[in-house]
Amino acid sequence: MTDWGAVLLVAIKGFLALGAIMTIIAYMTLMERKVLAFIQVRKGPNRVGPWGLLQPLADGIKLLFKEEISVSGADRILYLMAPVIVTVCALLPFAVVPFGKGIVGGKFLGVPLDQWALGQGVLADINTGVLFIFAISSLGVYGVVLAGWASNSKYPLLGANRAAAQMISYELALGLSVVGVLLLSGTLSLVGIVEDQDRIWKWNCFRQPLGFLLFLIAGSAEICRTPFDFIECENELVAGYQTEYSSMKFGLFYLAEYGHLLLLSTLVTTFFLGGWQGPVLPPIVWFSGKVFAMLFFFMWVRGTYPRLRYDLLMQLGWKVILPAALFNIMITALVLTLIY
Amino acid sequence: MPLSYVPVFVFLLLCLLIGVLVIALSTLLARRRPTPQKLMPYECGMDPIGSARRRFSVRFFVVAILFILFDIEAVFLYPWAVIFRELGLFGLVEMAVFVGILLLGLFYVWRKGALEWQ
Repeated sequence: MTDWGAVLLVAIKGFLALGAIMTIIAYMTLMERKVLAFIQVRKGPNRVGPWGLLQPLADGIKLLFKEEISVSGADRILYLMAPVIVTVCALLPFAVVPFGKGIVGGKFLGVPLDQWALGQGVLADINTGVLFIFAISSLGVYGVVLAGWASNSKYPLLGANRAAAQMISYELALGLSVVGVLLLSGTLSLVGIVEDQDRIWKWNCFRQPLGFLLFLIAGSAEICRTPFDFIECENELVAGYQTEYSSMKFGLFYLAEYGHLLLLSTLVTTFFLGGWQGPVLPPIVWFSGKVFAMLFFFMWVRGTYPRLRYDLLMQLGWKVILPAALFNIMITALVLTLIY
Repeated sequence: MPLSYVPVFVFLLLCLLIGVLVIALSTLLARRRPTPQKLMPYECGMDPIGSARRRFSVRFFVVAILFILFDIEAVFLYPWAVIFRELGLFGLVEMAVFVGILLLGLFYVWRKGALEWQ
């Protein structure tokens, strides 16, 4: 006895969320170009529409009509699958990120709203949320490696090797740096983690300063953002694993890249900055305000720091961040035991 | 509650749809005039030399093995963190021993030079 009405409502909610995410990702590209331009005392895009507001639309249309070149000797199926895998793995974790406060009880079109988190400010309130996010983002590495291998070209292969090693190393550091937060909130559900931070002094950035710092560093390395963007180190690797991709297949990689940045910002907000919690203003305003502040922070970092060296990056991950994250976990556990 | 995963599954289908739709659309709309030069793997203007599927540094393999070991550790830490308050002091000592052994392993790997990149 499947409840098709509820499934339909879930699908509509998911569709709206996906539309919002895609729009934000499209305008993030404009925001990044504008922010970088102002950091470098330029104007940035300002020809297409007022303040360049139609630029993302123009870029999208241009990519759709670009000639499709699929490199000779490529493994056709894997070559086509790779961008889809990367995109899905970038978008899917948004399903468990809470963006607002829910309503309790009530019905909509005869469907009870407490079913499948319909009335809540999240698509799916599953009790393994954190684990789910890390599982899906680990799967994203497959897309990158397949893209590099299927292209039958040397630069993509080298780029994919590097990307895989970097992503799995920092995946680990990222996973360990949130354990302190889990110790404090005692749940894996992101909704529970946000509800635990209901006062400003209970925001985890104050209770977990070291964890916050480690999460920021490991996060920007995990999504291959400057200063850790070794997968597309132009002077060494041309464009890394995307070298042989063109038209909208390249567009999907681009979308996934900014999707990861948006996801990282929402995760920092959820784990450490209290999610949608905040006084006076409505929850959704607090949530988007914090997310955009984090986005600006990452763009600011991109405009400020030069790229690291690859061997230093791997050493930083394994010799500094990993022990520091373990230290953070044990200290948090010790303090918690002393208090309770 | 496996039923709470239904929205995740619906969202997965939507994401897949977006990916496949975008690729199908660009295949439909884009014009194609392939020439052998265009389809050649990119090697900065040269003709490609040899196969691209060649051997790569064993370092990447070592990193992958280390990742599996420590990722399993992380997976053990998660449930422990969730029920930490019920376990109390026992949980703290137990996990200190576990993390201690793993740190020992990390320092062994470190001393062996598996984390160095020349």
